[in-house]
Formats: sequence, C-alpha cells, structure tokens
Amino acid sequence: MESVLELDAVSKDYPAHRAVNAVSLGVGRGEFFSLLGPSGCGKTTTLRMVAGFEDPTTGQIRLNGAGIEHLKPYQRNVSTVFQNYALFPHLTVRQNIEFGLRRRAENHIDQRVGKVLELVQLTGKESRLPSQLSGGERQRVALARSLVLEPDVLLLDEPLSALDPNLRKQVRAELKNIQRQTGITFLFVTHDQEEALSLSDRLGVMSGGELQQVGTPEDLYLRPQTRFVASFLGLVNWIGGVGVRPEATRVTKDPGEAGPRARPAKVVQSTFLGNCVHVEARMNEGQTVVAEVSRLGESFSEGETVDVWWQPDDELTFE
Amino acid sequence: MKRLRAWFLAPTWAVMLTLFVVPLAIIFAYSLLTRGTWGGISQPWSLESYRRLADPIYLGILWRSFWIAGAATVLCLALGFPLALFISRSGKRKNLYLSLVILPFWTSFLVRTYAWMFLLRDTGLINTALQKLGLIHDPLPLLYNDGAVILGLVYGYLPFMVLPLYATLERLDRNLLEAAADLGAKPWVALTRVVIPLSAPGIRAGAILVFIPCLGAYLTPDLLGGGKTVMIGNLIQNQFTTARDWPFGSAVSLTLMAIVLVLLLVFVRRQEGGLV
Repeated sequence: MESVLELDAVSKDYPAHRAVNAVSLGVGRGEFFSLLGPSGCGKTTTLRMVAGFEDPTTGQIRLNGAGIEHLKPYQRNVSTVFQNYALFPHLTVRQNIEFGLRRRAENHIDQRVGKVLELVQLTGKESRLPSQLSGGERQRVALARSLVLEPDVLLLDEPLSALDPNLRKQVRAELKNIQRQTGITFLFVTHDQEEALSLSDRLGVMSGGELQQVGTPEDLYLRPQTRFVASFLGLVNWIGGVGVRPEATRVTKDPGEAGPRARPAKVVQSTFLGNCVHVEARMNEGQTVVAEVSRLGESFSEGETVDVWWQPDDELTFE
Repeated sequence: MKRLRAWFLAPTWAVMLTLFVVPLAIIFAYSLLTRGTWGGISQPWSLESYRRLADPIYLGILWRSFWIAGAATVLCLALGFPLALFISRSGKRKNLYLSLVILPFWTSFLVRTYAWMFLLRDTGLINTALQKLGLIHDPLPLLYNDGAVILGLVYGYLPFMVLPLYATLERLDRNLLEAAADLGAKPWVALTRVVIPLSAPGIRAGAILVFIPCLGAYLTPDLLGGGKTVMIGNLIQNQFTTARDWPFGSAVSLTLMAIVLVLLLVFVRRQEGGLV
C-alpha cells in the first residue's frame, strides 16, 4: 500500500524526559490508522508533531514523500480535530467551517460548506454559535471544519472522549462511515482499546514513548508481540508463562472433555454478564483465572471442582 | 442573617452617604444658584450656569478633552495590547512582569509627573543630551503642548489598560490559536481573526478604565500642558479657585459626570456580565 504519511525514527525530547522514542510508521492513503496507548505514552505528542505544533528532536516526517518537519502548521496539508474541539466561540457554525477555506482562498466555498454540512448532518444549524450546540454537534462541527479542507491526513486527538458514553458508540459508527465515504486518511489517537479495535484498519500500540507493535486489529489481539500489547488489548490469564484470553479459556466438569492443557481448579465465583458468564476459578497451584463461557452452556457454581483447559493454538507466547 | 448583612453594610452606606451623596447634592444645589459678588454663592435660583456651557469656548474645551482622552486611550491600547499578549505568553515570568507593570503605583503620581517635566523641558535631560550630541541646535518644544499631555496620560494610565487585557488574554484557550494555524491562518491572521475578537471584553474594560479618568484629568494637563492645554478638569478647578464662580464650576462638574455615566451605561450594557 502506498504511504501518504511516513514517520522515520521520530523522537521528541523534553527537558526532563523523552516523550517519543524513535517511532517509525507508515500510514496508507485512505486508511483509518489508530495510535493506541495509555495516557503519557507519547501518542498525542506524535500526533502534534505531524500537525506541526511540536518539532521532533530527531527523525523525519514525510507527507506524500516530502519532508514536512520544517513546515509551520499553516503550511501543512493536514488538519486536526482537537480533543476539546477548539471551535472559535465568536464565529457561527458556517464561519467556523469556512475559516480554513477562506485562509486558503479556495473557490466554491458555499458549495463545499453545504456539502460537508450535509455529510455531518448539521444542515440548518449554520448560523448557530458553538455555545448553542450540544456536545455531539460541536464534535461534528470540528470534524466538518477539518474535512472541508480535504486534508492529506486528518488528525483526531481523542475526539470521542468528551462525549457521554451513550453518544460515543453512535458517533463512533458515524465517524467510520464518514471516513469510508470521503476516503480521507484518518490518524486517530485514543486510549480506548475498544474504540481502536472497532474503528481501525490498522493500529499501532504505544507505551513509554515507543511504538510496540503495528498491525490489523486481529493481528494485535490474536498475535500480540509483547505482554504489554496483549494485556492492553483486553484481559489475559497468565498461566505458567503463557497468556490465554478469557474467551479461549474453557471450563468443564467432565475430565474427559479437557484437552492437553488441562489444569484442575475450583470455581470461586460465577458472574452473569447478560451476553456471557465470567467464571472465576482457582487452580490448584493457587492462581486465579477468568473464563468467559456461553450462558447457554453448562452452568457453574461456587466450590465446584472443574478442569480449566485451552487449545495450544490459543496461547499467547512471547520471546 | 439579613440583620447581620445590614450591619456589615452599614459603614459603607454611612461613608457613601456622607462623602458622596451629600456633597453631590450640595454641588447640584450650587449649580442652580448664582455667583455671589465676592465669590461663593447667592440667590436667585437659575439655570444660567448650564446655559453658559453652550458657549463655543466651553464646547471647545469639552471637545478638546474628548480628543485628548481618546488619543490617550488609543495609544494605551496600541502599546498595552502587545505588552499584555507578551506577558500572557511568558510562563513563569508572568508574575514578575505584572509586578513591573504595577510598580509605578508605588510612587506618587505627582512626583512621576514632575519627573516627566524634568525630562521634557528645554533644559531637560532629552534636549540637553540631543544638544550635547550636536543633533539639534535649539531645544525641541517637548513640554507644554498637547503631545506632552497625551504622553503624560498614556504613561499614567497604561497599567489600567494592560491589566484587563492581560486578564482576557490569559484565559484565551491555547488550542484556539493552534486550531487557527492548523486551518491555515498565519500568525497575523490568527491575531486579527481570533485573538483580537476574543479579547474584546478586555479591550472594552481597558478603554473605559483609561478614557474616563483621562477625560476628567486635571494634574497632567496642568503640569505638562502648562496652562495652555486646558481640559475640563482644569476648567472646573479654575472656576472654584481663580474665577471664583462656584455655580458654573458645579454645573461643569455635573455635566462631566453625566457624560461619563452615559458612556458607562452604553459600554456596560453591551458587555453582559460587567467589567473584565
């Protein structure tokens, strides 16, 4: 795949610490790429270096093959959706969206604004001020303001984190939809693994300023290369040096059913979660594991003697 | 609770009543009386003092006061805005710079105005230095003109512009500047399209805090204008001292107050939530 954005050994040093350490990655044209990691992992700093708000200490950033590290933010054909949206409070929705087009002296402004308003479903709200909009609407204005410029890469800095949880899932779907419709490359920064897994074509997991692994959601979830990636992308039972996901961990009362990796255990607790049941069992070695089992299958109660087992293929192993 | 509140407010009410309302009532009564033969006031009641205000001489003084105060306000804004912007972006040094802005208040305004006379007069520091350097032959007329008065006013009231401007600029969301740059605005465009419109409340508050005291300024035009540059403040002072026309002095004072009040109402109306 052709890369529209390339980072080549990009580092960022602050007086007291190194925020980003030798990050290299390529984002394909039209791709939805996420940078995922806990707060302070350097993902936002990486995004801000692409936008031009921070200068890399070393390394290169290329957009369409040309180095952009020396360009000012207003000279780069990328655009940012800020976490707090950063809408201009003194300008209407229309004026906010027009802002970038006017700075670039573009043509057909009215037509382009009309189209983007339709895309984000804000038609009819053009003359409102940001203070007269709901949180979700503000988020869409911020998105429209950047989308209308048709940037080479749209940078999104945790754009869903300010929304309430109910709205977040709905907006997530809309966001994915808009990305598909426009074909614009998205570089999306988030600390929410569910968000990153559900939205991205590919994602990179960051920790301590370093890019741990890059791949498709399946790659990262099923074949994590580090313990960090494995445990950041969902729950893991660590059993004797290998990791097993709760949904790959099986529990049975019939010793004959258990496979080669069986361990005797005792049920500690069984928690009904609606769509599934979490069975917590203590193995004879003293360690506790969680198994996610179907609510339609066998049911388990506290104190029962069981076998915990899993398929060797489902083991997560690391060098 | 209510009674307690009344007790706490009582001293303020007492001070306002005796030192503000009562004198104002006296001035109002004076303005409606006639000048006594040897000064002071006497009967009969009349509106003569207010009628005299329409005289072109006095209208001229009024106009002059307005433009001098206006020029001082514009210059304070021109100098104060970049300064306030700089301070608001100075990180840890903010407090140091702010205290430097306020530092002049530690010395009497009178003494500082005399210091300007020492600098600006014909045999003052600036003229002497320029003559010694051979740049000029005759001293430049730096003192006793409108320019000197405006300079003195700008010098005296600049902090009143800088502080409210700083307060609004300090609160300005940094992300908005980044967003402007991100959308393609060069720094100058970001300044005129985003920073200045969003600091309008501070500009308005600063303009009021500078313009109103400048309009009624007395000390600065008296010392630096050398009596040639008469503003309303000097006119009022003259009526109570040299001219001994208390009714007219009172009428001018009340008119000035009325103008200031109207201006304030117009400005504060436009700015919901009061000053700063």
